[in-house]
Amino acid sequence: MEKAIKMKSRELNLFYGNFQALYNINMDIEENRVTALIGPSGCGKSSFLRSLNRLNELIEGSRISGEVFLDDSAIYEKGINVVELRKKVGMVFQKPAVFPMSIYENVAYGPRIHGIKKRSELDEIVCRSLQSANLWDEVKDRLVAPANQMSGGQQQRLVIARVLAVQPEVILMDEPASALDPISTARLEELIAILKTRYTIVIVTHNMQQAARVSDYTGFFLHGCLLEFNRTEELFLNPRHNKTEDYITGRFG
Amino acid sequence: MPGTRIGEKALTCLLYLSALIIIGILLAVVGYIVYKGLAMINLDFIMQAPRRAGKEGGISSTIVGTLYLTVLSLAIAAPLGVGTAIHLEEYAQKESYFAYLVTLTAETLAAIPSIIYGLFGFVFFVIYLKLGWSIWSGSLTLAIMVWPTITRTAQEAILSVPREYRENSLALGASKWQTIRKIVIPAAIPGIVTGMILALGRAIGETAAVLLTAGTSLGMPLSPADPARSMSVHLYMLAMEGLSMERAFGTAFLIIILLLFINYLANRSMSFLSHNGG
Repeated sequence: MEKAIKMKSRELNLFYGNFQALYNINMDIEENRVTALIGPSGCGKSSFLRSLNRLNELIEGSRISGEVFLDDSAIYEKGINVVELRKKVGMVFQKPAVFPMSIYENVAYGPRIHGIKKRSELDEIVCRSLQSANLWDEVKDRLVAPANQMSGGQQQRLVIARVLAVQPEVILMDEPASALDPISTARLEELIAILKTRYTIVIVTHNMQQAARVSDYTGFFLHGCLLEFNRTEELFLNPRHNKTEDYITGRFG
Repeated sequence: MPGTRIGEKALTCLLYLSALIIIGILLAVVGYIVYKGLAMINLDFIMQAPRRAGKEGGISSTIVGTLYLTVLSLAIAAPLGVGTAIHLEEYAQKESYFAYLVTLTAETLAAIPSIIYGLFGFVFFVIYLKLGWSIWSGSLTLAIMVWPTITRTAQEAILSVPREYRENSLALGASKWQTIRKIVIPAAIPGIVTGMILALGRAIGETAAVLLTAGTSLGMPLSPADPARSMSVHLYMLAMEGLSMERAFGTAFLIIILLLFINYLANRSMSFLSHNGG
């Protein structure tokens, strides 16, 4: 069966001023699958993730060469609407940055930005998004409470609900569990398993076990290169590169 | 000496003493004004117009003049100052020559003595633009004076908004301006309001610049084109010309009350704004 490719990068190079952060990255990201990006700190995995929704552009002096495609459109092409791109490619960050407003307003933020004003419509989106993020039952009675009073795990799921509210097609996650306790992490991983039936997920993680547990594909980055990219079992059981083996067995990193 | 135990003790004592002295001075100043001014305060003093150059009657027109001048100058300076701050922090390239120039200008403006602003306002607004001695001239001059203060504090406030808020908002597909308007400004509001209070305090207390641009008329100002005497100017005239020391202290007392009241209002609006997220 032909695999459906949701996003792909071709010969992608990324520079911060004179520093080259990524070298010739070619990667196919399959639809409705979880793709994990692993590698030691500074290897370029987060930079790669942020080039998938053009968030790298926020850093002064960054530029790229090569191409990234979402479906069949080149996202770095002139005339591409970055707002539309980021609507389709949502992002969950390492630290759950809930906005200083109520739980409801956090989730409604995206839809409001994109022009939805009707209260009933917003109510429905908020409810549906919180349900999808496995948070509804915990917060349904205090939607007007300030979001920053929630626990860390709840905040991270709120941030996911906020992303789901704009109905993305791809969700990028940048070490989403690194600030969470083991129980919250387990809940997050369950959530990822459910979400991948409807979304394409790319997750950066420092945690080998997590990559092995949640992902279908894994890419190993080192010094700005994509050293190895394969099905997750393959990569963990039969790494082709000895650097990959050294890293996943914990010999460096 | 420092390093020995006695030296350490002596130093602690000195520091303690300097802190005590500052409190003492504050209490003395405020206490003396309250003591001397309170006797003057009654409804007539607040509600009646000054008579015989201020020797008799109240100070109603100067209260109105002061409110006019401060509110108008803030209404002009606040959008400009906050706008400058947003430009510098969110739009200007951090190392650009233009941003450097604007920052340097703001810092220099903040250090210029107020009488110089007064002179400039007199020549430019009063004479060249033919605005005459008026609330317009006074407010515009005050606005230029407090602009750097508002800019600096708003810059600090905007800078202290976590970068993650911006990233999250942009990643949700918000434009830069939407992010600034809906996330950055509401989060920075407490700091911005603090800057405005500082500016207000400066505008209310300013004498030299107002004297040269708004004039010393004791008539009740109706429109911004009218000349007006602010409370600070009135206080200066009363004391300087030996008209009425009691009334000078009464005016001083009211200036302090007005400042405290504005502070209170600002704090209230600040907590209201930050709780409602703008």
